[in-house]
Amino acid sequence: MKILTGNDLRSGAVVWWDGSGWSLHVEQAADVGSDGDVIAAREVAARTVVSPYVIDGEATSAGVRPAHIKERIRALGPTVRLDLSLKPADPAAGDWVI
Amino acid sequence: MYKYDSYDQQMVDTRVAEFRDQTRRRLEGHLTEDQFRPLRLMNGLYLQLHAYMLRVAVPYGTLSSAQMRMLGDIADKYDRGYGHFTTRQNIQYNWIKLEDAPDILADLASVEMHAIQTSGNCIRNISSDQYAGAAADELVDPRPYAELLRQWSSFHPEFLALPRKFKIAVIASETDRAAMLLHDIGIRIVRNDAGEIGAAFYVGGGMGRTPMIAPLIRDFVPLDQLITYAEACLRVYNRHGRRDNKYKARIKILVHELGKAEYTRQVEAEFAHLLSQDIEPPLAELARIKAQFADPAYETGLADEIDLANPAFARWVASNTHAHKAPGYAIAVVSLKPVGGIPGDASADQIRLMADLARDYSFDELRVTHAQNIVYAHVRKADLFALWQKLDAAGLATANLDQIGDIIACPGLDYCSLANARSIPVAQKISERFAANGKAEDIGELKLKISGCINACGHHHAGHIGILGVDRKGTENYQLLLGGSEGADCSLGTITGPGFGEDGIVDAVEKATDVYLARRESGERFLDTYRRIGMQPFKEAIYAKESVDG
Repeated sequence: MKILTGNDLRSGAVVWWDGSGWSLHVEQAADVGSDGDVIAAREVAARTVVSPYVIDGEATSAGVRPAHIKERIRALGPTVRLDLSLKPADPAAGDWVI
Repeated sequence: MYKYDSYDQQMVDTRVAEFRDQTRRRLEGHLTEDQFRPLRLMNGLYLQLHAYMLRVAVPYGTLSSAQMRMLGDIADKYDRGYGHFTTRQNIQYNWIKLEDAPDILADLASVEMHAIQTSGNCIRNISSDQYAGAAADELVDPRPYAELLRQWSSFHPEFLALPRKFKIAVIASETDRAAMLLHDIGIRIVRNDAGEIGAAFYVGGGMGRTPMIAPLIRDFVPLDQLITYAEACLRVYNRHGRRDNKYKARIKILVHELGKAEYTRQVEAEFAHLLSQDIEPPLAELARIKAQFADPAYETGLADEIDLANPAFARWVASNTHAHKAPGYAIAVVSLKPVGGIPGDASADQIRLMADLARDYSFDELRVTHAQNIVYAHVRKADLFALWQKLDAAGLATANLDQIGDIIACPGLDYCSLANARSIPVAQKISERFAANGKAEDIGELKLKISGCINACGHHHAGHIGILGVDRKGTENYQLLLGGSEGADCSLGTITGPGFGEDGIVDAVEKATDVYLARRESGERFLDTYRRIGMQPFKEAIYAKESVDG
């Protein structure tokens, strides 16, 4: 599957296109098929997101996961600072990344 | 240390106002990202793996307590409570919001700091010896010359769009503590046979994907021609450096392709021309700067003895202090490499504490080192124990300077969008392994450096042991290098052979150190033994298991 990601213009946070807006949670990423570039252009024009791009993703039982390690680390946060991840209380939050 | 005059302050304040307006226009949609990107980069604001990252310049690594305290406050107020000290003596914040960036720059300007020219194809922050002005072995304090170069290079209209970024280091000791020979221009302040002070210029060094050691192109430039000669070096590069291929755009490639003799000939011709243009700042300006780097008011009659009854303190003194030029004083180094920690990271509280301790024990001044540590340059030996106790209580008294746990590591794939592999977890595992096996102290000086990609921000080429992270079909893989050095005996490391996984590289490092421990002769460091016995014994040990397993 193809998923669309970028950074929130104001906060810089990593965001994922969920089909109707941008989510901080990669699990909610939508399969954009061949529409990624069109959505990206529209969202850039709306000043919601900066530098969006399409990547390969995989649907898993836990939700969508990026295919490449770099994007998985983007989705999680620094693997060495899980306290800064989106699920700081979950020690297993990053088990799927590496 | 140097204090801004009204011109310095006005330039920085004006830039803050300009960037505030640019940011507003970006957020309101009047600027596209393509238009805004070069503007934010000129102010040190990158878009990194997780968020915007702000790189703040620390000129020649010198900070006042007030500046350091502000860095801690910024970490709390605008970031996530910590900062990362870098291999160019700067600090980076990893979680900056775009709308906060102008306020951060304004806060920095209030303590005479900025983020200008910490990115882009311009002359970057000038680096220097972290022991400048204090080391017993230096000829003069190199920082006034670094400051003069800072003023010359800041907003220099001719050099804001160079073929590629440009890094300058200035030292004034035979011992090179600033990796001077691995810079685009390395300057060593020297004394000639007539007893005059001048500058030796080394041009065309660098790390990255094509590491090169800078050759000496002129052994003595009079001080009243220093800027003119630097201008000539830059002008030839700006004229002929490649702009068609970013991987061949650094000055090291130009010097290599032209050859040292031809590059030097062109520089000398340009230098002769520039001398007629009278571009050199008056020596009175250098004198004005020098006056601000006058020695602090050292006390006299101090004892040199240190009570080493506390074994942990004694270990710290042995590894983390350095000889000072003034009797009764020492240079003390705070290792930002606790066992299992993240090299170069410090919490906001730690940053503020280090600022307070500088005020109390080191004439209000600190240094950032390219090895990602913090220096108190002027500490009374009688105060070392009290300083150590306060550092220890804050987790800042790790006694491992220049040992295997004192690892230089770039942010790697945990933070950097350019990286191919993570650096920090490898550093943590090596640090923990050698803390657990108790070998670090016995091994002694061993500089280990890790980069998460070929750009070599972690200086892996210059490590006695270097590690380079690469991407092998989507999996992190680590190449091992041996025999690099950044010092006066500068050399580039050699790859041992096939790479390793994350755990395998830690095993390989330990095997290399075991070869050293078994084969070293009296007084030899790891690097000395490697140079004497060569790669083969290390290679045999490192790859022995793999060859048995097939």
